[in-house]
Parts: sequence; structure tokens; C-alpha cells
Amino acid sequence: MDKLKIDHLDLYYEQFHALKDVNLTIQRNAIAAFIGPSGCGKSTLLKTLNRMNDLIPGCKITGEVKLDGENILAPDTDVNLLRKRVGMVFQKPNPFPMSIYDNICYGPRTHGVRGRARLDELVETSLRNAAIWEELKDRLNKSAMSLSGGQQQRLCIARALAVQPEVLLMDEPTSALDPISTAKIEELAMTLKEKYTIVMVTHNMQQALRISDQTSFFLLGEIVETGETERLFSKPRDKRTEEYITGRFG
Amino acid sequence: MGKQFKEKAMRCVFCAAACACIIAVLLICLFLFANGLPFFGKVDALSFLTGEKWKPTNGVFGILPMILGSLYVTGGALVLGAPLAILTAVYMVRFCPKRLYRVLKPCVALLAGIPSVVYGFFGLSALVPFVKETFGGNGNSMLTACILLAMMILPTIIQVAESAIRSVPESYYEGSLALGATRESSVFRAVLPASRSGILAAIILGVGRAVGETMAVMMVAGNQARMPAGILKGVRTMTVNIVMEMGYAADLHREALIATGVVLFVFILLINALFSVLNRRQTQ
Repeated sequence: MDKLKIDHLDLYYEQFHALKDVNLTIQRNAIAAFIGPSGCGKSTLLKTLNRMNDLIPGCKITGEVKLDGENILAPDTDVNLLRKRVGMVFQKPNPFPMSIYDNICYGPRTHGVRGRARLDELVETSLRNAAIWEELKDRLNKSAMSLSGGQQQRLCIARALAVQPEVLLMDEPTSALDPISTAKIEELAMTLKEKYTIVMVTHNMQQALRISDQTSFFLLGEIVETGETERLFSKPRDKRTEEYITGRFG
Repeated sequence: MGKQFKEKAMRCVFCAAACACIIAVLLICLFLFANGLPFFGKVDALSFLTGEKWKPTNGVFGILPMILGSLYVTGGALVLGAPLAILTAVYMVRFCPKRLYRVLKPCVALLAGIPSVVYGFFGLSALVPFVKETFGGNGNSMLTACILLAMMILPTIIQVAESAIRSVPESYYEGSLALGATRESSVFRAVLPASRSGILAAIILGVGRAVGETMAVMMVAGNQARMPAGILKGVRTMTVNIVMEMGYAADLHREALIATGVVLFVFILLINALFSVLNRRQTQ
């Protein structure tokens, strides 16, 4: 089943043509990985999927992105509702400078969830889903800033899960983390795809190969090639993909 | 050798410049306490601070009316000015179009640069009649002083609060938006709490400015040396008390005024200490 369908998408930052005629389908309950050299538009496309690009002045988009068949780029889209449905985890862990508990509750409270019991339950399920409940359950009132980088990132994932999204966007979620934390996040992503659709930008080709179901290779604002991950890495159809994954440039 | 000597000489010059600043503060402290403290040997400190009557010609020195006057006027100015200033700072950082910002920013800086006597004139010719017509009384009142002081502390609070809000990492704002929060709620629930100590520091700096202000307050506050009786009645602050009577005071009266200065100075010291504590916490 298609969760997201990107149709003839072009994106400009002022005069710069950052994404060129992007067409892509992302499957439900799967992990889609975006790979490619820096500045090739992977993150830009990711941010288009929950309209975080709206924040950048001079950003102009044409084409369509359909979430369950509905064009999210339409001017009458409720952006806040969209971002509730399409959550995001950033490259650098960005917990709020408040307690672990309040970090998780931030989103639900924003969307009107009230009541101690209800929030307690949400905190526990979210932290359990992010596989960090056991580590944090005794220190929910401690500041989130006191956690290690890897814990902070999993807390951010839990925070994103707390608003019960359908899609989870991850922008190089492990690039600031050590190998052990990275492994934990990868493992987590693999279990999360049972409930969510995950789109992940990564610099690490091994990571894409390890966890993703579908990979798209980006170059200079274009998607050069998209395919089932194993096929793309073993039998790339485009010469540029082959050169990139065998490490000849990038 | 010539180069080394030059470097040493310049270092001495810089050191001397820095020392001059420190010496100035020390001298003021020394002068104030040397002249003010003997007074407390002659008049009981407690009755000086809590006395409700100020009749220097009869030898009755109670500065409670002036302490309360300063507190009320400062408090009133804060209640009126601080929310306005903080909302302005929020607007300047988060919502203001660039072109408007280019006008707003120098305006705020200009507001900070206007001499207090000019504020006083504005108060006298515009605010006093306004208060008189709208609220009654004769216009020279605590309320008038509060409004005027609120205007005067705006730029102080705006400038410090603006830089505090600006120093909050963009990632908090984005993180909040990404959870589906609106821009407003992101600012008020994620960005503002993160800049809490900086904003508190801004308010404290505003308090310092309000407590110390003299000329503008004197021109609109009525200045009666009696217990504050209502927001539409006149009030006298500590600073005004000193300025109005220093010209003719002698002996014990003069010492009482200097002692008022000591009390004021202690207030300011406390405020500054609080400011630097909060500032340190903000940078951590």
C-alpha cells in the first residue's frame, strides 16, 4: 500500500533549483532510505513531507505530495495536523530543556490531551515504544538535558511517537551518535515500521542496507534511482548509483 | 627588546583603564558608607527604615514612605511595562517582518537614548493632563509616575529579552513545530521557557533602572513626603527625596539624606547581584 506519493515535485530556494522533478512512492509499514552526497536534496525532500520547509523564506514548491491520497501541499492543508500525522526526528537530538516527562507530554498537551492518568499512560507507552522505558522509568522528573546523546535521541523518538503519528521522518538520526547508540536506534526503527511508515535520510550506506526496504539515490536534486534496497545495492541500474555505492565519489 | 617593552607598556595602559573603573566604584562605596553610616549611630536604624513620618526640620527621620514610594512606583512600572516589553521582544525575534524590524530596532534604541528630563517633560505635558482627565485627581500621581517609568524601562527590558530569546537554539522551535504545535504555542511553550532566566535578568535590569530614576519621576509624581495613599495620590521616591532636599539640607538632615542614598545603594546592589546570578545561569 502506498502511504506517500510524490508527483512531479520541484522545489526552489530563491533561484536555486533544489529538487528537480521528483517522483517517488513510499510504502506503508516499511522503511524508505534516502542516500546521496551532501547537498543533494535528501533532507530538503524529507522536510517537504511535513512542510518544515515552510519556515524557509523564499522556498517555492510545485507538484504534489499525497498522504493517503490527499495533497499535503495544497494551501488549505492544516499544517499543524499534518505535522501531528507526520512526525520528525532531527539530526541533532533536540529535547526541550525540561523534564523527561514534560518532553513526552509536550506534543499531547499541545493537542489537548489533559489529565494526569492519561498522560502517565502516554508517557509509558511512548517510552516503551522507543525502547527506553526501562532506562528512564525511575527518573522521569529529571531534566532531559542530563541524558546521553543516544538516550536523548531515543527520547526525541518517543516524544514524536507520543502524538501518535502515522509517518516518522528521520533526518540522519544517528549521525551524531556513537556506534552502540546507533545500533539501538536502528533496531528501534526496524520494530517501529510494524506500526509506522518510516522515511530516513542517511549518510551511511551500510545503515540503509541494514534496515531499509526501499532506497532512493539522490544526486544534485534529482532521484537517480529508486528500488528495493538489496537490489539497488547489488545490481544498481544507473552508472552513477554504482559509482556512488562503490565509493568512487561522494 | 623595543617590541617587548611596547607590549608591556600597553598592557599597563589597559590595566590602568580597567582599574580606574573599579576605583571609581570603590570610591563611591567608600564615600557613601563613610558619610552615611555615622548617621545610624545617632538615629536608630530600625526607626529610620520603618518610621512613617519624615519631618527633617523637627528631627523626625522616617523613610518608610519613600521606600514604599520607590517600591510601588517600580512595581507599577513593571506591571505595566514588563509584559509589553516581553511581547515586543517576542514579536521582534519571531514574528516581525524584516523590513519592520529595521525600523523597530532603531526605535527601541532611540527610546533608550532619550534623556530622562525629556521623558519628564513628556510626562508633565501629556501624561499628567491625561491622568487628570481620565482618572481624576490633580494628575501628579503614583499612576502617572508608573506609566512614565513603564515607558522608560521598555527599551532596557526589550533589548535584553530580545537577545535572550534569540539565543534559544532554533532546534527547540523546530522541534515543537514538528510535533504539530502552532507557531504561537511553540514560542510561548518551548522558546520562552528556555529563555526564562534571560528574561528574568531583563526584568531585573528594568527594576534597577526604575528604582534609580529620579528626574522624570520628580516631574510627575507629586512628591509629597507622606505614606502613599492611593494610585491617584502623590508619592515621593527615595531618589526624589534626596534630590529635592539636598540643596538646603545641613547637619543631621544632610546625613539622613546620605543614609537614604545608602539604602538605595543597597537596593541596587541586591538587584545587580540577582542579575549576575541569573546571567550566569543563562550562559551555562
